[in-house]
Amino acid sequence: MFNNINIALVPLLPLASSILLGLFGRKYIKNAAGIIGTAALLVSAVLSAYIAYEYFFVAGKIDNVYQPIIAMQYNWLQFTPSLSINLGIIIDPISVMMMVVVTFVSLMVHVFSLGYMKGEERYATYYAYLSLFTFSMLGLVISTNIFQTYMFWELVGVSSYLLIGYYFQKPSAVSAAKKAFIVTRFADLGFLIGILILAFHAETLDFQTLIQRLTDANSTQFASSASSTFLGVSALTWGLTLVFMGGAGKSAMFPLHVWLPDAMEGPTPVSALIHAATMVVAGVYLVARLFPIFSFDGAALTVVTYVGAFSALFAAIIACTQTDIKRVLAYSTMSQIGFMMFALGVSGYGGENGLGYMAAMFHLFTHAFFKSLLFLGAGAVIHLVHSNDMNDMGGLRKLMPITHISFLIACFAIAGIPPFAGFFSKEEILLSAFHANTLVYGVALLTSGLTAFYMFRLYFSIFWQKDTEVHDSHGEGPWAMKLPLIILGALALLAGFVPFSSLVTADGMPLETHIDIAFSAAPVLLAAAGILLAMRLYKKANETPAKIALALGGLYHAAYRKFYIDEVYAFVTKKIIFNLIGRPAAWFDKHIVDGLMNAMASVTAAFAGLIKGLQSGKVQQYALYFFGGIVTLTILIIYWW
Amino acid sequence: MLNDFFILMKFELLPAVIFFVLLFIKVGTAELSNASIIRLANILLFINLVAGFFYNKDGGMFGDMFHTNALIVLQKSILNLGIFIVSLQAEAWLRTHKHVIEFYLLLLSSLMGMFFMISGANLLMFYLGLELATIPLAALANFDLEKRKSSEAAMKLIMSSAFSSGLLLFGISLMYGTTGTLGFAQLPALLNGSNLQVFAFVLLFAGFAFKISVVPFHLWTADVYEGAPVPVTSFLSVVSKGAFIFVFASVLYTVFKPLADTWYHMLFLLSVLTMVIGNLFALRQQNIKRMLAFSSIAQMGFILIGISGSSQAGTASAVYFVLVYVFTNLAAFGVVALVSAQTGKEDITDYKGFHATNPVLAWVLAIALFSLAGVPPTAGFFGKFFLIMAGAAKQNYWLITIAALNMIVSLYYYLNLVKALFMDANASPVPKITFGVYAKLAIVICIAGMVLSGLASVVYEYIYNLSTGF
Repeated sequence: MFNNINIALVPLLPLASSILLGLFGRKYIKNAAGIIGTAALLVSAVLSAYIAYEYFFVAGKIDNVYQPIIAMQYNWLQFTPSLSINLGIIIDPISVMMMVVVTFVSLMVHVFSLGYMKGEERYATYYAYLSLFTFSMLGLVISTNIFQTYMFWELVGVSSYLLIGYYFQKPSAVSAAKKAFIVTRFADLGFLIGILILAFHAETLDFQTLIQRLTDANSTQFASSASSTFLGVSALTWGLTLVFMGGAGKSAMFPLHVWLPDAMEGPTPVSALIHAATMVVAGVYLVARLFPIFSFDGAALTVVTYVGAFSALFAAIIACTQTDIKRVLAYSTMSQIGFMMFALGVSGYGGENGLGYMAAMFHLFTHAFFKSLLFLGAGAVIHLVHSNDMNDMGGLRKLMPITHISFLIACFAIAGIPPFAGFFSKEEILLSAFHANTLVYGVALLTSGLTAFYMFRLYFSIFWQKDTEVHDSHGEGPWAMKLPLIILGALALLAGFVPFSSLVTADGMPLETHIDIAFSAAPVLLAAAGILLAMRLYKKANETPAKIALALGGLYHAAYRKFYIDEVYAFVTKKIIFNLIGRPAAWFDKHIVDGLMNAMASVTAAFAGLIKGLQSGKVQQYALYFFGGIVTLTILIIYWW
Repeated sequence: MLNDFFILMKFELLPAVIFFVLLFIKVGTAELSNASIIRLANILLFINLVAGFFYNKDGGMFGDMFHTNALIVLQKSILNLGIFIVSLQAEAWLRTHKHVIEFYLLLLSSLMGMFFMISGANLLMFYLGLELATIPLAALANFDLEKRKSSEAAMKLIMSSAFSSGLLLFGISLMYGTTGTLGFAQLPALLNGSNLQVFAFVLLFAGFAFKISVVPFHLWTADVYEGAPVPVTSFLSVVSKGAFIFVFASVLYTVFKPLADTWYHMLFLLSVLTMVIGNLFALRQQNIKRMLAFSSIAQMGFILIGISGSSQAGTASAVYFVLVYVFTNLAAFGVVALVSAQTGKEDITDYKGFHATNPVLAWVLAIALFSLAGVPPTAGFFGKFFLIMAGAAKQNYWLITIAALNMIVSLYYYLNLVKALFMDANASPVPKITFGVYAKLAIVICIAGMVLSGLASVVYEYIYNLSTGF
């Protein structure tokens, strides 16, 4: 059986290193801070890999079904006799999978930062925050009950606030950190109310009991949650939808995504950790955790589907128009998470119907590797060029061959080109959407094409096009930065071959999947078309037709035709897609969605201004209000209530 | 029997003893330095706090005028703890003050009044305790004798208190007129919800609402908090409010149980008003004491939510929140007191770049602010969560939604201050604040409390087991 100490050590080691570095890092062990943090994480990662092995191949299966194991359970607080709050560790396919992903990506980021953050003044603080974040995220994924999840959920928010605002000398970083914290907190209030509703009706906070009670149509708890309604919708649906709102906030789903692009102000390795592999997928994880209830209720799941599908498309369109490389990646993350969300949304619970669930988890898994690779690669590029703007880049393939190759692998992976990792998971998602909902499938297909296009636009703009002059002589950076790129590159190439469908499924039973070439043809060809289009438009800069005509002479006609096609492409993409869809979408995002958030703030401020006369400083007036209050209350009670 | 007397009234007698010890020192011939008086007073208050934990007994006295039980003992101990921390924090300000002993005399009389009020089992006893608790507070608010604002605060406090006491007394008389009794034990059976009784109840209710600054009876709060010396403000906002919350919850749950429908509606309405208006005002404040004053008003709104749950969890979560609030608010006010005593700076803009010069105090204040905002894993989060959870039992989702929205609004201004502390640049930040052993001890207690009372579940469970509901 499991050694529970090993399991508990996985989150506790990062916590210990965080406390150690936080307390003593500045003065005593500044230079060793990176090594200490990385070493702790290395042990965590090895342990979680070992736990995963034990669980998946040795101890996890009973009667060919993966069983959740409560590795540790501690009755932490008895709120009322019928409602207790526990702290514990749950070991089941998704939590083990998340543990591996979180510790592994975090380890890569720790290693990468050894090079990237070297020489920063608050180096030790950075590692303390990074470890704290890792601890919170691990705590979140191993939670046995929804309250514990919520606590770590908030802790994740706090530590990401610290990390995004790490460069606190930059006003933009500070306001981005604040925005991220407040927007996600706003979403969390939905989560909190959702928890209260679910806990009130189910009379428990424990995930397993909650699921058991709320998916049993005969239980009294289910009857109470399904029969009490608010604004015409059952309490159960409200509860789930509000919990999803919390998830949507963390996972940057429309319209709660506004914080994500701004959050790119944080150090780039942080983005790789928080905004690619861990925090942003917390929402997906949460829905997956409560999936049996979601799938039993159905109505809330429909919300998940459409929010996910819309976010996927919306973000992909905006990504085509951005020139800040990190923002492109941010929107692409939002789009990919949209994929995971709607995959969950279209999924059923058991057997063949559970394909969407499996696909979402699979995509979460592969996405973690290639997206963190993309961010780390972007970090390496920014490290060299000292700019985030793709207009300042170009031709970097000669200067940074390792970054170039690994970035290319990641681009292929995200575009869904076989045999790269993203292909397999995306295929499953598309397949599940195809069986469930034609509209969603159409959106997904279109988004896949767009994804390939904008990712390769990014790739060609950075590594091809014009040559950039780089003044720094440090080249690609130290091995600490190159090694994670190589490892993640290998994973982005190979992670798709993990027999995921037999390991992580909704009901714990292995699922038969196969790749259907006929089905795969459409998305792969569309992705290939997107890549080719990006190549034509962005591989070389400023080629005018006159030059082509001059150079190619006799082939003028052919060249002309080529140019003509280019021109059509350019017209369609630049004029129509950008101006008619992309720009308005970006504008809408910036002014309406963002504006709505700001408007809420200014309405509050205006109202506060309006009532300030209440506080005049005159005691006689205070007495008047006092008496007015009494009279009003008396009248209300006697004549109204 | 005599033995019982001392045990049952231990909490009231101890402050009285300390009061007389200090009084004799004052009128005696021995010229003690401020430092030694403060040391002595703190030691005595510490003994007072510790002694409260031993030899307690349930029971009543004086023909049911006075009663005590395990929950009341706990509540009094929380107040003892609060006053001990306040006294530790006051050292920086009292060090050079001319009237050190008087400060303690007033503080102790007020504390005694609160204890009598909490133990009162009769409206008359309750009223006497309330007056004894209030009048010394007005004198305390005036304790910065040379400052005009301090006198203004005292005037406002005494006038408003007189007004509210008058109406409260009117309510008590009407209550007596309709029922013919003032005893807590006899009243419930005689309450029939007639219009006159309801009016009397509203007057009583408003008296409580005034003391714990519930909108629209809160208007004195900000002016008094701003003008009064910081230690007095922290006493007012934590200890005094705590005492009234304890009594409020128990009176509603026991004496006015037959009017539960009535006061549930009132609590709902007033908690919404209190949270919203408290937060909206807090958003605009430039003075840190005023900001904390309005934020403490908003916090009261949350307590009303917990009380409105009218269950065992309702009482427990309110008492628990007060405990957490003692640590949290005193940590915040403690830092503000130190800065105010040494530099006189009280504006939020003065706190820009505070972290650069005073990293320790900046962290203390930041943790306190996070706790006030209800961010896990600080105790403030658990406090708020339990209150909302207790209130949610009534399935009033509007109330819960408004509460959650208000948590976001409050987060905004707390974070603004955190941002000022850590992230804003300032050409002339607050200079390095030096603080002595008293302030250090207070800080350690507050930080430990903010962390442990949240994470150590025994605290809440202990309170829960002592609480009652219906």
